[in-house]
Amino acid sequence: MIIQFICRAILLGVPLLYGSTGEIVTEKSGHLNLGIPGIMYTGAISGVVGSFIYENACGNDLSRMNPLLAVLIPLLCAIAGATLMGLIYSFLTVTLHANQNVTGLALTTLGIGLGNFLGASLINITKSELPSIALTKTSSFFSAKLPFADNLGWFGELFLSHDFLTYLAIIIALVVSFVLNRTRVGLNLRSVGENPATADAAGINVIKYRYLATCIGSAIAGLGGLQYVMAYATGVWSNNAFGDRGWMAIALVIFALWKPSMAIVGSFLFGALCNANNYIQGLGTETQELFKMLPYVVTIVVLIITSMRKKREHQPPANLGLNYFREER
Amino acid sequence: MVNKKAIKKHREPPFHVVKRDDMPWWGAWGIRVATIIAAFLLVGLLSMALSGRSLFETYGIMFSGVFGRIFEGRTMMLWKYLQEIAILLALALALTPAFKMKFWNCGAEGQALMGGLASIICMIELGPKLPYPVLIIVIAVTSIVAGAIWGVIPAIFKAVFNTNETLFTLMMNYIATQIIAYYVYIKGGGSNVINPVEYGNFPAVGSNDYFVNIILVAVITIVMFVYLKYSKQGYEISVVGESQNTARYIGINVKKVIVRTMVISGALCGVTGMLLVAGKDHSINVNSVGGQGFTAILMSWLGQFNPFIMAVMTALVVFLRIGVAKVADTALLNSSFSEIMVGVVILMLVGCEFFINYSFKFKHNKKEAKV
Amino acid sequence: MDRQPAIELKNITKRFGKVVANKDVNLTAYRGEILSILGENGSGKTTLMNMISGIYFPDEGQIFIDEKEAVITSPKDAFSYKIGMIHQHFKLVDVFSATENIVLGLEDGKYNLKTSTEEIKKISAQYGFDLDVDKKIYTMSVSEKQTVEIIKVLYRGADILILDEPTAVLTPQETEKLFNILRRMRDDGKCIIIITHKLHEVLSLSDRVSVLRKGEYVGTVNTAETTESELTEMMVGKKIELNIERDEPKNTEDRLVVNGLTCVDRMGATVLDDVSFTAKSGEILGIAGIAGSGQRELLESIAGLQHLAKGEILYLNPKTNAIENLRDKTPMQIRNMGVRLSFVPEDRLGMGLVGNMDIVDNMMLRSYSKGHSVFLKRKKPKDLAMRIIRDLEVVTPSASTPVRRLSGGNVQKVLVGREIAASPTVLMVAYPVRGLDINSSYMIYNLLNEQKAKGVAVIFVGEDLDVLVELCDRIMVIGSGRITGVVDGRTTTKEEIGLLMTKSKQEGENANG
Repeated sequence: MIIQFICRAILLGVPLLYGSTGEIVTEKSGHLNLGIPGIMYTGAISGVVGSFIYENACGNDLSRMNPLLAVLIPLLCAIAGATLMGLIYSFLTVTLHANQNVTGLALTTLGIGLGNFLGASLINITKSELPSIALTKTSSFFSAKLPFADNLGWFGELFLSHDFLTYLAIIIALVVSFVLNRTRVGLNLRSVGENPATADAAGINVIKYRYLATCIGSAIAGLGGLQYVMAYATGVWSNNAFGDRGWMAIALVIFALWKPSMAIVGSFLFGALCNANNYIQGLGTETQELFKMLPYVVTIVVLIITSMRKKREHQPPANLGLNYFREER
Repeated sequence: MVNKKAIKKHREPPFHVVKRDDMPWWGAWGIRVATIIAAFLLVGLLSMALSGRSLFETYGIMFSGVFGRIFEGRTMMLWKYLQEIAILLALALALTPAFKMKFWNCGAEGQALMGGLASIICMIELGPKLPYPVLIIVIAVTSIVAGAIWGVIPAIFKAVFNTNETLFTLMMNYIATQIIAYYVYIKGGGSNVINPVEYGNFPAVGSNDYFVNIILVAVITIVMFVYLKYSKQGYEISVVGESQNTARYIGINVKKVIVRTMVISGALCGVTGMLLVAGKDHSINVNSVGGQGFTAILMSWLGQFNPFIMAVMTALVVFLRIGVAKVADTALLNSSFSEIMVGVVILMLVGCEFFINYSFKFKHNKKEAKV
Repeated sequence: MDRQPAIELKNITKRFGKVVANKDVNLTAYRGEILSILGENGSGKTTLMNMISGIYFPDEGQIFIDEKEAVITSPKDAFSYKIGMIHQHFKLVDVFSATENIVLGLEDGKYNLKTSTEEIKKISAQYGFDLDVDKKIYTMSVSEKQTVEIIKVLYRGADILILDEPTAVLTPQETEKLFNILRRMRDDGKCIIIITHKLHEVLSLSDRVSVLRKGEYVGTVNTAETTESELTEMMVGKKIELNIERDEPKNTEDRLVVNGLTCVDRMGATVLDDVSFTAKSGEILGIAGIAGSGQRELLESIAGLQHLAKGEILYLNPKTNAIENLRDKTPMQIRNMGVRLSFVPEDRLGMGLVGNMDIVDNMMLRSYSKGHSVFLKRKKPKDLAMRIIRDLEVVTPSASTPVRRLSGGNVQKVLVGREIAASPTVLMVAYPVRGLDINSSYMIYNLLNEQKAKGVAVIFVGEDLDVLVELCDRIMVIGSGRITGVVDGRTTTKEEIGLLMTKSKQEGENANG
């Protein structure tokens, strides 16, 4: 029971982990990307389109599908779709100096529109009766467990039974953490977000760093969308099912104090909170609805606590939300 | 010694970007209008490509989709269009004082939902008990208070602890959504709908159900314009928004202004919730506001804090939303196509500000290069 | 002597919109010398150097490094030419350590903070710096931050060093230490360019002096062959002596009595320590001190913008003869008590005015809340704006131009004009002529003298000791948040004030150490 609860929490938390790791990378460069919900959504639908095409190319026959291709095609599609969205965001904010909040929100509108449009179009093509599209074959490749996981009891279930995108999420978060704190690139990136004028004077290409951070961050976030469809939703896409995960991922960044390693813990905790209503005995459906607000309430509490403790190391990058123009006088 | 390899890479840039301050208002609006026209062309072309119709036909469908058979004297569609504008505009207006203060109120959705919740509770619980005029007043007061409370909570924390308001207000949206889900579940008897309530509906004028909504929003538009431009409170809002240091220097109580402004912003969102529930749907569900709280943020920003410009921008976006949805509908595309188009148009408008605020400077020795 | 030109500028021109910051500037600096770039505020010194260090790109003209043409489009390019600039406003990342800041932006070699630390220590030892490399910048003093900046460019192997007003924030002792280090670098064969407007520094440190005036190159002289008055003449055009009129104070009476003022900042440091003084009507009280010694906090305390730990601020109302304590009152309360206190803060566009508002709306800042109407009345502010534009010769397209578009001098005229129009009994001004040209500066001095003649108690915080000595009746010196002395403006000398300025600092350091 508890094991199952934790596994479920992890499964629910992984999209958030991708989203917040991506947003941390972006925010470290000084850009607050409120387009993350749209980007994750785009990542998800891009993956869906990719796998839809591949499944059809194989005649919807599981035995004719190459496991490697079945995984790689959606993966690359998700990355490409999300990166493209990141590129739009960085072109507008970095090159055209557009307001970051407004650009981000508009991008979210665009991304969700895009996802719903493509989603509905695919449903149309399949002439499905249900308002959803099932890619269970691709999903089976994504959620393949390690072969010996089942033989190891609770240990196997807790640590080895997850889909590979879950492990990838943790690995990415750890790598980002390492890069940020232990490498020159990380030092440069942090300086760009803290004080771009200083970084510029030190010879760091602020524009390049901001573009790259935003695009890489978006790509990571896009994988979160993909994991949601392929692993959590077992390959079933329906419009708007992704919900508010993108916003929660952004909130998680603050919860994690801009540390990817903290985001790992935070995302699983959020996953647990999202899921708590299903595991508390004797709740009526109406009370469950109330319980679903738990993660948001916790986020608010964390927001308030971090704003009350004004420790210098726990503050957002000093230049977050501000565009940089070298010749500003 | 100087590194030779490094020097080779150095080219004189062909141009560089400089900030400009001197764009006259007509130049700025020229660029914006040109962008809008370009955006409409793009939307038309994309719709054309996807629907396989001619450009002219596409615009025709858009127009008739929005205005209906207006030339035949049928104004129903027009009223519906105005009603849609009214709701989105009301939310944008509600957000504007907050934005002018540089307070990113992303919680219009939740504040409007809470206002709507107050309305529906009054309609269901008090509807049969109170005379109509009293009921309407009670609905108005409770909706305003509910919206204001939802707006002021983040504002208090912003004022006292400088808590990030963008995320706070966002989270408040989802809490509101869950409360609505809870209430709908109870009142809907386990289903996701509440049947339309017959009490406390706004009166229809002539055959037009939406008249009250439209007039109310028109009045709010004018009042908001006057408030921001000619009132002392509006002036305080701009000073706080421009520079909190200056505000403190001249003795404005910054915390008070933040809280007061968010009471107003939240209250107006609450009013919008009332317009939606009592004036339009006579019911409520989690999608009553339907994400318009976010679109309203963009409308407010595109309107440059001017309620009248905001009205024009809103009319434009709603036109696109309905018109393109119609085009998509008739071409067996799905209506989400219009969301994409709205997103594209807004991004284009956001991007065009660059050409208003910056200009390109080309290198002086261009002539020499030509020789 | 075999002189090798390190850097040459030919016909450099740079414009910002309609403002010409540099016009046809020609300049040469040699290796193994210290060159001073001398000029008034706003004469384009910093802009010129920013073009060498890649922050700006010149509109016209060429730059030669080692007699070869160089195109410097970014700070990175500047580094590759071994040019290093130490900006007046330090370019450091606050939450990074000294080492992290020093290695920031480097590309070659392995990223290893430990080996970098060793190298930094070696450089420190070579030139005699004193630096804790693991200290975070936000905990450092200004002098420490400057050290980090200098080591940063040395670490990159710079042999052309540009320092922008390096002594503005240093004590005389720290300045002397810095100069010794710079001399050592010169003897090491480096080319040192220092931007300054302080004549005595030029004379004591540099080998040659190049002078800029209003963005144009005036000329270069050898320091050994020039005099202070010749340099002044080059700097300001015609030979002028600071000749500010100073009448005897009339009918002085106590107006503002400050007792035991103590103020603690957010980090818990004492920024004002038991400050007591009296400002009298009809006189100008100068406040001298090194930047950041508590001047800002002192004025803000009086204006009701700082929370006080201890002390009282008594205002003696000339009309009612009542004595009122201003402690813990907000600016609005102070105004409502009938205290006519005007304040021209140091940060003009960030505090005194709103840059994006036009002149009329800025006039309203002080008066908008008057009356019971909920609406604004723009008639009177508009008249006031027109009057100030006319009387103070504000150069502006119209009264509805956003003030951020005005030049520094005109911005200050708008601000001072508004504050004086409130007919104050106490007028506080902080660095009122910073960044202003000579003419505007004199207009401000005259305005202050007029107020003094009207019986206003004027408090003048200044940085230029020459001006303080010429203008003020009494001068109070503040050091590290403490009053270190009050001298008579008519009998004192710059040297006496300079000594007082550093007095408490030394004492403070001894006490801490």
